[in-house]
Amino acid sequence: MSEEVVIKTNKLTKRFGDFVAVDEITFDVHKGEIFGFLGANGAGKTTAMRMLCGLSTPTSGEATVAGFDVFKEPEEIKKNIGYMSQKFSLYEDLSVLENIEFYGGIYGLTNKEIKEKSTELTEKLGLQNEAKKLVRSLPLGWKQKLSFLVAIVHQPKIVFLDEPTGGVDPYMRREFWDLIYDAADKGITIFVTTHYLDEAEYCNRVTIMVDGKIEALDSPGGLREKFGVATIDEVFYKLAREAKRSAD
Amino acid sequence: MKQLLSFVKKEFLQVLRDPKTLLMLFGLPVVQIVLFGFALTNELKNANIVVVDNAKDYASEQIINKIEGSKFFSVKKTLLTPSQINNAFKEGTIKLAVVFPANFYTDLLHLGTAPVQVIADASDPNTAVQLSGYITTIVADYQADLSKGSSVPYSIIPQVRMLYNPDLKGAPNFVPGVMAMVLLLVCVMMTSVSIVREKELGTMEILLVSPVKPLMVIVAKAIPYLILSLVNLAAILLLSVYALDLPIKGSLFLLVAESTLLIITALSLGLLISTITSSQQSAMFASMLGMMLPTMLLSGYMFPIENMPIVLQVISNIVPAKWYYIIVKAVMLKGLGFSYVWKETVILMGMTIFFLVIALRNFKIRLE
Repeated sequence: MSEEVVIKTNKLTKRFGDFVAVDEITFDVHKGEIFGFLGANGAGKTTAMRMLCGLSTPTSGEATVAGFDVFKEPEEIKKNIGYMSQKFSLYEDLSVLENIEFYGGIYGLTNKEIKEKSTELTEKLGLQNEAKKLVRSLPLGWKQKLSFLVAIVHQPKIVFLDEPTGGVDPYMRREFWDLIYDAADKGITIFVTTHYLDEAEYCNRVTIMVDGKIEALDSPGGLREKFGVATIDEVFYKLAREAKRSAD
Repeated sequence: MKQLLSFVKKEFLQVLRDPKTLLMLFGLPVVQIVLFGFALTNELKNANIVVVDNAKDYASEQIINKIEGSKFFSVKKTLLTPSQINNAFKEGTIKLAVVFPANFYTDLLHLGTAPVQVIADASDPNTAVQLSGYITTIVADYQADLSKGSSVPYSIIPQVRMLYNPDLKGAPNFVPGVMAMVLLLVCVMMTSVSIVREKELGTMEILLVSPVKPLMVIVAKAIPYLILSLVNLAAILLLSVYALDLPIKGSLFLLVAESTLLIITALSLGLLISTITSSQQSAMFASMLGMMLPTMLLSGYMFPIENMPIVLQVISNIVPAKWYYIIVKAVMLKGLGFSYVWKETVILMGMTIFFLVIALRNFKIRLE
């Protein structure tokens, strides 16, 4: 992890009418870092992430992603990030290779690069035999892993993962995190939201959001020490107990 | 360019892999054309007609011989009263009746003109028009023969009556209507559903986060349907020319160009629907309600617009199919050129631009 800051926010806020979904959040993310975003459902994680991806315009505050301003240069940001949404985001009626080809294509990879990437990704996942099968026929865990690799097919500076492991069994989750570590080793910054608290332990630093605000931000060890507890679970429950907003 | 190509390829793969879409795209027009075509062509040989010869003279005999000689009719010669003819029509045992008045030949010789009555069952307008057309031709033929040897021009005036349906509602030539309906339905529904599906599946988010421009998403979505619709158009035209013997009288190029315009109108409307709906069902419903019903009811294809209440006549002006229907009838059936349909063309273009502008404004680059 370097000292280079790739995401910087200052009092970033999003309101929907009277409802403050994200309330003045301020933080920095460093290059190559695995930055975890924890919170109950409805705490504002997804909204915060969407603002950083350019999917949603912030109401107020400041933020830069990969050095570009979220208000003024969303198009530049889009070229430098990857994104994997909560919903499974590959085309089920296309084959593994066709998905890779499509996403490679829209991110402007050359045919040669796409070919290399296709071989690399299918080998990495051990999907050589399934490469021509429709994605629909793959088990969920494989789909999620493929989805992640496709999200970084264009070597983005930052990849945003919105609850990437939802519904995946613990073994697959472990494998998924191996892929995340791999990507981080290559210098890709990982910004990940999750509500699996054990996954927080895998992150370099963790943010806990409650009611749209950042209530804690530190390394997992630092948080445990600060709150005087043994696990992130307990830190989370201590903070979440004060939440007023009900989960949606 | 590379982006666009990847996108178009993906759209094509998705369309071609979806049996429902394919069925809709190619099954619908073929079924419609064949169904209508069957009804149109089936009855034309050996249609049952009666000839009521009140004259029983030289001229009427000659004409009746000609009619009997035609392969289209199976003729029964009787002396029915008007009310008996009426009953025969009601029972559906005859399609057409030819009535010669008494003194037919005498009138023709002395007055130089004589009427012959042709009554057709127009509840099936296609058949009625064709059959009465044949009779009229035969009569005209005989008149020409008769006039050849003499210096006096004779004229036999066929008085054609269309029973039950004097306006020939439904128009004999359904092909323009089917074309309008199929092109609109397919394009509007397919585009709106394919865009909304991306929203529903969550892949739209991914596209919005990617550097792909919204315009490119739209163009890439439209291209496959544009191409497939042109294939469809070719199929409809081939079927109508070769299976139904309905020739294209005007310029084929003009016809294809105008149809392409309609396809683009339909694609922009589909796009517009996709920007205001969020589920595939509602997109499909909106397309059905917004396209199918007005196209069927208000385009003039099934019911003549002139007979509608003023309110509906006014509303029919905003139905794209109405203008396309007028254009296609003019070009395909009447063989008219662009100078006759430029107004309708301009109206369609105006609609297209209107739909496109609103759709592009509504197409959200950001999710809210």
